Amino acid sequence: MECTATMPDRPEKVYFFGTCLIDLCFPRAGMAGMELLQREGIQVIYPQQQSCCGQPAYNSGFPDEARQVARQQLKAFPQDYPVIVPSGSCGGMLKHHYPKLFADQPEAAEAQHLASRVFELTEFLVNVLGVELEDRGQPIKVTWHSSCSALREMRVIEYSKSLVRQLKNVEVIELQRERECCGFGGSFSVKQADLSSAMVADKVADIEQTGASLLLSGDCGCLMHIGGALEHRKIAIPVKHIAEFILERTRG
Amino acid sequence: MNSPRDNILARLRAAAPQEATSAREADAPPTPELGRADKIARFNRLMEAMHAEVLLTDSQNWRIALKDLVRKRGLNGLLYAPGTPLGNALEADWDSDLPPLVGYSQEVEQCKERLFAIDAGITSTKGGIADLGALILWPNASEPRLMSLVPAIHIAVLEASRIHDSLAEAMRQERWAEQMPTNALLISGPSKTADIELVLTFGVHGPKELIVLLVED
Amino acid sequence: MAETVVVDFPKNFTRALNDGQLRRNLRAAMDTLGMRRRTLFSDPVAFEQLRARGDAIRQRALRQLPELLERLETKCTANGIQVHWAETPAQANGICLEILRRHKATRVIKGKSMVSEEMHLNHFLEEHGVEALETDLGEYIIQLDHETPSHIIVPAIHKNRDQIARLFHEKIPDTPYTEVVEELNAIARKVLREKFFAGEVGVSGVNFAVAETGTLCLVENEGNGRMCTTAPPVHIAVMGLEKVVERLEDVPPLLRLLTGSATGQLITTYFNMITSPRKQGEKDGPKEVHLILLDNGRSKIWADPELRQTLKCIRCGACMNHCPVYTRLGGHAYGYVYPGPIGSILTPQLEGLDHAGAMATASSFCGACEEVCPVKIPIVDILRRLRVESYNKQDASNAVKGHGYKTNATESLTWKAWALSNAVPWINAVNAKLLGLLGPLLPRLPAWGIVKGWRQSRALPRFAGKSLHALAKESRIRDE
Repeated sequence: MECTATMPDRPEKVYFFGTCLIDLCFPRAGMAGMELLQREGIQVIYPQQQSCCGQPAYNSGFPDEARQVARQQLKAFPQDYPVIVPSGSCGGMLKHHYPKLFADQPEAAEAQHLASRVFELTEFLVNVLGVELEDRGQPIKVTWHSSCSALREMRVIEYSKSLVRQLKNVEVIELQRERECCGFGGSFSVKQADLSSAMVADKVADIEQTGASLLLSGDCGCLMHIGGALEHRKIAIPVKHIAEFILERTRG
Repeated sequence: MNSPRDNILARLRAAAPQEATSAREADAPPTPELGRADKIARFNRLMEAMHAEVLLTDSQNWRIALKDLVRKRGLNGLLYAPGTPLGNALEADWDSDLPPLVGYSQEVEQCKERLFAIDAGITSTKGGIADLGALILWPNASEPRLMSLVPAIHIAVLEASRIHDSLAEAMRQERWAEQMPTNALLISGPSKTADIELVLTFGVHGPKELIVLLVED
Repeated sequence: MAETVVVDFPKNFTRALNDGQLRRNLRAAMDTLGMRRRTLFSDPVAFEQLRARGDAIRQRALRQLPELLERLETKCTANGIQVHWAETPAQANGICLEILRRHKATRVIKGKSMVSEEMHLNHFLEEHGVEALETDLGEYIIQLDHETPSHIIVPAIHKNRDQIARLFHEKIPDTPYTEVVEELNAIARKVLREKFFAGEVGVSGVNFAVAETGTLCLVENEGNGRMCTTAPPVHIAVMGLEKVVERLEDVPPLLRLLTGSATGQLITTYFNMITSPRKQGEKDGPKEVHLILLDNGRSKIWADPELRQTLKCIRCGACMNHCPVYTRLGGHAYGYVYPGPIGSILTPQLEGLDHAGAMATASSFCGACEEVCPVKIPIVDILRRLRVESYNKQDASNAVKGHGYKTNATESLTWKAWALSNAVPWINAVNAKLLGLLGPLLPRLPAWGIVKGWRQSRALPRFAGKSLHALAKESRIRDE
């Protein structure tokens, strides 16, 4: 079931789906995402009834529990507004997996309706709002991590990177294996901890060899994972969500 | 007790049919139709990339080219197919200083040792495929299967007019589905392997050299 | 199955991950294969079109599977090929042995065939006094070392040339030590040529079987496949029953997808299409050709529309070459015949989740496999389905063998609690607050369970003092 993204005209209002990980661990990334939208004159609605997209249970083999949580999101985003998600992974869940999760459920149409309105944040900023960024920051070298879902499911990496490239004092040094997974994969990171550790070790080495002083990504799951691995190895390269980075660089 | 066949089919039948979808199937990407010169050029380029040697010649000179290369290599003999047009042409004009022509005229059981000892074999071809860089061979009673496999050097004669754009086109145009032979082959070069560290090495179990006499006709 | 294999996944994984040599050998090889594939399919639009075609062909074939198998049987029989059906590997092995006995054959030469690995045919034949010699160079190498393939296309890819040099020197009489690949190749050529000469029965796999014409298609580079199917008086082809395609015209796109995806080749050296045994007047080729159609659980997989997609596979191995897990483990760690992403969806279905279910957990769902799969198998969806089945105790007709093996109260309760917390907004709010307050204490708690796994290589995440919900409210972002 392909949900082809038909880009809407510039809307007045959008919903913001903050994701549970941003909610609990990276709230500043969420706030930055909303501010970027507001700055473009869009009214942002953050439904307090929202929680998690349900992906952790969905990918672990517990579809009933995933559905129970997903139903709550269907309730929280009922209006016809675009739903902006600062994550390829959670965006992918809403957009590509809700229709499957609810395929033979009474909420099938609702799930389709929600899925058709989901946009990843950077995709929306570039494609719908056509944002133009003016860099006010000091020169910096950064590197970029593509999450697998942003890359392969939402296919929005070029939008994300085009935003970073608009920042004239930011030099992006690409990873040698940009398309390779960091080994997070939700429950994979703990159920197959050895494998996951081996993958993130290679990712960290790749990040180090770039000489960048900051790691950016559009997905906080990967950032939590890679950031945790960097910290564990006492490597002083901080990680940051793209929304937070862009906002900091362009704030007056 | 039911036969395995009945059990398997019964299991499949019990589960079928689930889908009645017959949505239009996606088409394969089109193969560009090439002009004669482009077809030959492409065929050559691809075959040579796979270490086949392609000698461009014509119907007047192909035997000279053949004799030349056979002479140079000092072969112990050349396996050929008597009674075929190619075989007849060779017999008609084979010089005495050349390695002897050895006919594949018995069943393999009677001549296996000689077959495995001979240096080179020459066969005709049914055609070529431009977009793959491959020869088409349909071995038959007079030109058996092992001729293009066992000798270390395989020499193949191909008329340029028989190069097709693609395998699909060859199958369609020549109605293969109605007349598949015992064995049909595509051959794109000398045998090769990359099983050790992915290092490409030519000449494994099949021929070490493939020489194509491409005859302009 | 005659024997139940018990695979200790955690131990295998740890051992593989600690084998630096293996990691380096694999990484280099997988990078090369990936690069070659990208070079061949450099036009993404054309590739998408081609694989949509491949997908459609395979789907159509599977949709009509019972009819096509019967048509294949009828056509082959009319062509003189003897068709046998086997529900289990044991039956398939029995059929092979019977044919061998009828011909009093004790020397079998084999072309590469994953189905014969699935049958453990070599082992079976040796037990019955038959020499079964692998003739594909990679297969020959690992057979010398009493190993199984670690990759379905390049079976000895886990070994480097030094290891192979030592092996040849030790195991093949009068062989000097050499690390020159060409020389190693020449050594194998010499040994095997005698075997081709003397082989009494040839065994091969089948890449595609065409129902329309009763043709068996084989793809190979070395010429050993042609040797095995041409030189001996008897040829036995073994195939999984899903390998049938409807029409001859279905073959060219699949062939292109197979060789391109596997090794980045436009075409292999040989494409060998066999439609009958030696006919009257023909001078070579086997006088008997047998085709063994093996089920071994495939008909059960086929019955479920989602799982059926597993059977679209054309065994190109691209999913392995691009898998970050396979690249770090190699094939042996998986413990079964089919490794990597395709192995992780196929094996648990063939062997049962209770035996091989762990394979379905060995994926980060990165989707690199799906991206390259030439017939668009939804590998991640099927892995997810297998995870669901691992906890599913209910005996539905389409339940996967060994389902429910993982069911346990702790995990069930954990997810129930998680669901409750995320489905009821006020509980969620309380939770967020608690985590915000207690978060700073977490790193000081003793490491147990999943936390232990995480902390082995990663610092624990920090919970923010204030959640996004709270910050949004403070900033008066509209809630509706």
